[in-house]
Amino acid sequence: MIVIAKELVKQLLKKPFTNLFPAKYAPKSIKQFLRDAKEGKVKLNPPVVVPPNFRGKIEYDEKKCIRCKLCTRVCPAKALEYVEKENIIKYHLFRCAFCGQCVDVCPTGALKLTKEFLLAGYKKD
Amino acid sequence: MKKIADTGNEQNSFTFCVGPVHPALKEPLQFTFKIEGERVKKVDFMLSHVHRGIEWMGTRRNPIQIIYLAERICGICNISHPFAFCRAVESVAGIEVPPRAEYIRTINAELERIHSHLLWAGIAAHELGFDSVLHYILKARERVLDIIEYITGNRITKGIMMIGGVRRDISKKQYRKIIEAMEYYKKQVKKISDILLKDHVVKARTINTGILSKADAIKLCAVGPTARASGVKRDVRQDEPYAAYKYLDVEAITPATIGKETRGDVYDRTLVRLAEIRQSVNIIVECLKSMPEGKIAYEDKIPKLLAELKSVEGEGIGRHEAPRGEVLHYIKLIGNETLFSWKVRAPTYANLLSWVPMLLGAQIADIPIIAASTDPCLSCTNRAVITKHGKHVVIDHEALHELSVKKTLALRKVKHD
Repeated sequence: MIVIAKELVKQLLKKPFTNLFPAKYAPKSIKQFLRDAKEGKVKLNPPVVVPPNFRGKIEYDEKKCIRCKLCTRVCPAKALEYVEKENIIKYHLFRCAFCGQCVDVCPTGALKLTKEFLLAGYKKD
Repeated sequence: MKKIADTGNEQNSFTFCVGPVHPALKEPLQFTFKIEGERVKKVDFMLSHVHRGIEWMGTRRNPIQIIYLAERICGICNISHPFAFCRAVESVAGIEVPPRAEYIRTINAELERIHSHLLWAGIAAHELGFDSVLHYILKARERVLDIIEYITGNRITKGIMMIGGVRRDISKKQYRKIIEAMEYYKKQVKKISDILLKDHVVKARTINTGILSKADAIKLCAVGPTARASGVKRDVRQDEPYAAYKYLDVEAITPATIGKETRGDVYDRTLVRLAEIRQSVNIIVECLKSMPEGKIAYEDKIPKLLAELKSVEGEGIGRHEAPRGEVLHYIKLIGNETLFSWKVRAPTYANLLSWVPMLLGAQIADIPIIAASTDPCLSCTNRAVITKHGKHVVIDHEALHELSVKKTLALRKVKHD
């Protein structure tokens, strides 16, 4: 009882531990908030910085790709698909499990891990 | 109410159901209690409300894809399942893991134990009604998640296991940050132990609540901290050392090894788990000190490894001591690219039956903390229906939780008076 009471009083003097991303308080209208953020009217609280080698969204470079299809063989979520008609590897972001196995297996470095992790959107592309 | 309990009349007892279905459930199961007054007289439960078919999915994928599927069996034990699976494949294919990889695997497994036990301690505090302690512990847990993200690339699904080794090395630069975090945990665990183990209200709620005797623990095949808290000295890391545990001296922690009396109640389970965090911290520090240089994987080229596994035939078993107990994977390969068979025995499954002796004679308000003490997914108590003389009364998780909180408050008042 006394130990936790001491700790709680200490907490009162400290800043909140939680990173208040993207804003300190919930906005009244989210759409208005997003519009304002685009125009630079409101400042966003940045998210916590991710460490190096973070496994985020995967980037695909079509020019470097040699179509060996190794990535489609190791992908656990079947997020990478070879489209024969267009002769490209199609990356389904919404299926991706961000394991990074395809990046490890790629012989030419056509697939890359990025630090992007804010992936919510309106469309499935 | 007390009068009814004393008579013990069959007509005065009523059935109390907890569970089974809720959209957010991880492990739905249904409890049926026969209640007389406030006391539980009979316990029964029903399993298998969801079958995700993960093992079936596994038979349509190659072993490397299954590592990531095994990771998703449990969100918390996401090193334990791939670890056991990789050990099973390695035992079939006769693959030898380089020593450095074994150390890195051990470090990751112990980091997982720290964050799992801390989460459990927080949830146990929440079930008792100490929400400030829950937030305090979750804040402490954040540091180990940051370390996991730092060395593996993600906070929860670590994706570091590979057949015959690991995918990422721990560089010399990263050592310092890990050791600093371990120093932080040595202090923090001491504080959390003081908060949880010395408080008189917590003691009143947990001592002699949900007792599992040693004989029952052995008879019902309990595993992990649940069995160890009852005095069964059983730990895969001690009994059959694997990975880097064979180079280290790991001893199963029971209340007796810490010099406390063994009762097998909720208090002892808290004691054992907190002691295991300290043990894990020591293991990690020791691993970082004695880690040899060298390769981190048996085969760097994944296509070559896949081709090698394609020609393997046979059956294998992989075991690992997960935070909740022993996890076991069985696989059968028949020279195909995919597996022929895959069977997973998760530790919670083995611990379920031990709920029956624990819950017998308990009060309704004690059900949440006793059920939580084996570290299952407690969302199963999200809905309850009381049937009394054909009349239905619905109690949801919040109401049940409120009952538990009320009991804590009442105990606090008693002490002050």
